[in-house]
Amino acid sequence: MKALRFALAVLARDIKSGELTVLVLAVTLAVAALTGVGFFTNRIGQAVSLQAAEVIAADLRLESTRPIADSVFAEAHRRGLNTARTTSLVSVVFVQEQSQLTALRAVTAGYPLRGALRIADRPFGPGRAVATIPQSGEGWADSRLIARLGIRVGDELTVGATRLRVTHILEYRPDQGSQFVDLAPTVLINEGDLAATALIAPGSRVTYAALFAGDRDAVADFKLYLEQHKAPAERLLNVEESSQQIGSSVKRAGQFLNLAGLVSVLLSAIAVAMSARRYARRHLDVVALMKCMGATQNFILAISVIELLVLALAAGIVGTAIGYGAQQILAYIVRELLSGTLPPPSFEPAFMGLVTSMTVLTGFALPPLLQLRTVPPLRVLRRNLDPPKLRYAATYVLAVAAVLAMIAWVVRDIDLTRWIGISMLLTFAVLYGAGHLLVLSLSGLRGRVGVAWRYGLANIARRGRESAVQIVAFGLGLTVLLLLVVVRTTLLQEWRASLPPGAPNHFFINIRPEERAPIEKFFADRQIPAPELFPMIRARLIEVNGNKATALPGLGDRGRGFAEREQNLTWTPTLPADNEITSGHWWRSDELGKPLVSIASEYERDLNLKLGDRLLFDVAGEPLEVKVASIRKVRWDSFHPNFFLVLSPGLLDNAAGTYMTSVHLTPEQKPLLVDLVRQFPGVSVFDIDRLLSQVRDVMDKASRAVEYVFLFTLLAGVMVLLAAIQSTRDERLYESAILRTLGASRRTVLESVAAEFTMLGLLAGALAAICSGTVGHLLATRVFSIPSSLPLIFKVVAWGLLAGALLVGITGTWAARSVVNYPPIATLRQE
Amino acid sequence: MVGRSVLKAENLGKEVSSPEGPLTILAAVDLDIEAGDTVAIVGPSGAGKSTLLALLAGLDEPSTGKVWLNGAEFSSLDEDGRARMRAQQVGFVFQSFHLVPSLTALENVMLPLELAGRRDAREAARQVLAKVGLGSRVQHYPRQLSGGEQQRVAIARAFVIQPAVLFADEPTGNLDTATGARIIELLFELNRASGTTLILVTHDQNIASRCRRHVILEAGHVVS
Repeated sequence: MKALRFALAVLARDIKSGELTVLVLAVTLAVAALTGVGFFTNRIGQAVSLQAAEVIAADLRLESTRPIADSVFAEAHRRGLNTARTTSLVSVVFVQEQSQLTALRAVTAGYPLRGALRIADRPFGPGRAVATIPQSGEGWADSRLIARLGIRVGDELTVGATRLRVTHILEYRPDQGSQFVDLAPTVLINEGDLAATALIAPGSRVTYAALFAGDRDAVADFKLYLEQHKAPAERLLNVEESSQQIGSSVKRAGQFLNLAGLVSVLLSAIAVAMSARRYARRHLDVVALMKCMGATQNFILAISVIELLVLALAAGIVGTAIGYGAQQILAYIVRELLSGTLPPPSFEPAFMGLVTSMTVLTGFALPPLLQLRTVPPLRVLRRNLDPPKLRYAATYVLAVAAVLAMIAWVVRDIDLTRWIGISMLLTFAVLYGAGHLLVLSLSGLRGRVGVAWRYGLANIARRGRESAVQIVAFGLGLTVLLLLVVVRTTLLQEWRASLPPGAPNHFFINIRPEERAPIEKFFADRQIPAPELFPMIRARLIEVNGNKATALPGLGDRGRGFAEREQNLTWTPTLPADNEITSGHWWRSDELGKPLVSIASEYERDLNLKLGDRLLFDVAGEPLEVKVASIRKVRWDSFHPNFFLVLSPGLLDNAAGTYMTSVHLTPEQKPLLVDLVRQFPGVSVFDIDRLLSQVRDVMDKASRAVEYVFLFTLLAGVMVLLAAIQSTRDERLYESAILRTLGASRRTVLESVAAEFTMLGLLAGALAAICSGTVGHLLATRVFSIPSSLPLIFKVVAWGLLAGALLVGITGTWAARSVVNYPPIATLRQE
Repeated sequence: MVGRSVLKAENLGKEVSSPEGPLTILAAVDLDIEAGDTVAIVGPSGAGKSTLLALLAGLDEPSTGKVWLNGAEFSSLDEDGRARMRAQQVGFVFQSFHLVPSLTALENVMLPLELAGRRDAREAARQVLAKVGLGSRVQHYPRQLSGGEQQRVAIARAFVIQPAVLFADEPTGNLDTATGARIIELLFELNRASGTTLILVTHDQNIASRCRRHVILEAGHVVS
């Protein structure tokens, strides 16, 4: 009780005197960074689990690219199950000249069988549940479609050959899938209107789904029935499997954001360790005095521990409150990537906030404070008596254990924890080494600069270790932010650059055989060169060398997709321009019409295929066996029509389901699309420019969210800087006093301080530029296989140096300015 | 005033190890100090004055011998045991004041009372500060006070717990002659008023001559 009262009094005084400011700020920041991310991922996670139960809008769902037989529905009704149908396809909808690629969903009465549709009165506004579906002639558009087309409730949309009035804003539908959805916004319509759109033609890319719900046992029985009786291309989905898939991808995204938050926590922890060390050093005399006055070791220990606990609690609460606010901003940044509004967060991340502050303080602040209890009281007479040195190993073990505990908490996976822990330690070590080298590189400069700069540079070199830590702390934050800029800019620039002028920017699919000639004429009438039409037919892989495709060993996610789903086949006598044969050979003229297939390298790798393998396909119900004759590397980003599977021509010439093609249209020519869609409602148009700008939009928002999280990292860098300045304050006071006694003006001393921090910032910026430039280059060339842009790298270096110098220069000089303003005589009298 | 024994030492000695082997700093000191007495420990630099003070106050452990405070032997206690002893019965005044720079004059004086868990710390400290003539400067920080004023705060801090024994280590060593004289005046005045035993280390003959008893040290031995 006595210790508690005393500790609280000491704490109040320490806070008043500013001794603990940096430490408290750093812990609060750590908590805010992690809880901000925590609250956000918690909301996403909740949205997912809310959805999990109704993720397929039914108890059982059968999906296919072909209409589902009426007999299936009849059987379900016979068993007393409720049913509904959905039909989904992607199409362009128009409002006057404006167009937008849209996911169209036609539903029947009763949809959804589980969960409820929610509609809102304004875009991105709160929704309310309804028990109906759109009436005939109505379309319910989601907020993104409303926003992108700039329309209002009551406006008319042109959908294929018909027009529908937007009567409600669709806020949520149970089977909308993951919260982060694909690029296309949704319009929900009544199935009765589907025929009028004329969008469905033989070969159209349409997904049909049959929904079933009812008594648990009846559903289980019906599931067994469907497993035995469904067509091979039909997929049966139940709630558990579907929610698991969504859950795992959302979990990965959450883990990434959490790790990003953790970087800020680690940097803040360094700041905490630095200020705790200073605190301990400054309190050696006070503790000796207190012991002199009768304080026992346990009393000193109790005070330290109580102080830490109170601080942890306070920083935990305040940091969590800030994190909550930060999370709102994060949710606002990505609001357009989400369909529907997020549920409010639960309190679990607040608990995480307390754990964070406890862990950071225990791991990084407790060791130096533990040292205080062993200060000999005799120090009051002999100031050179220090407490016995803490064994460094013990200190580091505690800190590393704290860090690992936090990583484990975030990723919840032992193996991953180990790997992340090791790579984080290595990264820090490498960066620290690089920081040291940068500090060493300054020595040559000292002879060539004025007195203020020389003194500033000397300071960096003298505090080499601390300087390197500061460079790393700042460099890390800058690195990540610069890297995001590099990757985003490089990718988008390269995508654009890889499209030479005149490259196709519009895709047309679902062209029926009888529409070939009219389409060619349509373009010719408008002075557009006739495009090459590729035949397309859907086929499903059944066997590889006589073995069942779905039972092939060692298939990954994509491999399974290839084995389970239908693929588009085409045939052509000539190798497409942006394809390159990596093994085997393209068919010679005498091989035309032979059962040969050329496969894309992705298809080869994901299905573990090789030249000469025999593949058996089901093509519209007919078996077709072909031999792998060649493997092609395909440049998918060329925007020419490309296929995983290309057959030798002559095999299926009369079986073509549909045709596809691509055309380049100038902005002036775009209005003809409206005519084209009206004249050929079944043809789907993909506008690549618009698609690219949508991709950029998504990348912009997602990366802004990540940048936002990494802003905390930069702030944590500021904390390390402040802690370092604080820990050298006494030295600086003394040096400033000496310099001024020797005749240096205030201005000269201030210049030397500015020189020191500007140079530190330049070094941090240099480190960031080197790291982000290198990683950006590696990512571009190795991962994305695109040339990295030299001007961009130069720009990044310039930005890194400028940002580092300004940020560190200004913050550091500002934080250290009071040293210069302190009267030298006061300092010298105290010494 | 002077009466029963308050502090007693028998065969007190201190040895430390040095590169040349064990070094005797203090040897075979026998002392018996009575309550309310004033004692000056004098001698040249390096004679062992501060070491003797540290051993008598229980700040250090003796290599040989024992020390009793108010009849209780404490030289064999561990550090915490000695600390508890000091908390109740011992006050200190140091040459370099040892005020806590982040605390005000009042808070500095409150410190030992708070350590003892006293709830009236603020009022008691205020009264003692008024007694040493600093009633109007209680909210000043040490850096805002002159050397003499800082030492007054230190004296107030030492007397506030009404210790049985007050140890003063060169209390005027950092002060000019006139200020030093006023500080000594204050020390003796408070000593008289409170009946505290005063043990001070000094090499100033004037100060030493004001004490009733002198312990003269030379090269670690008591010579008179």
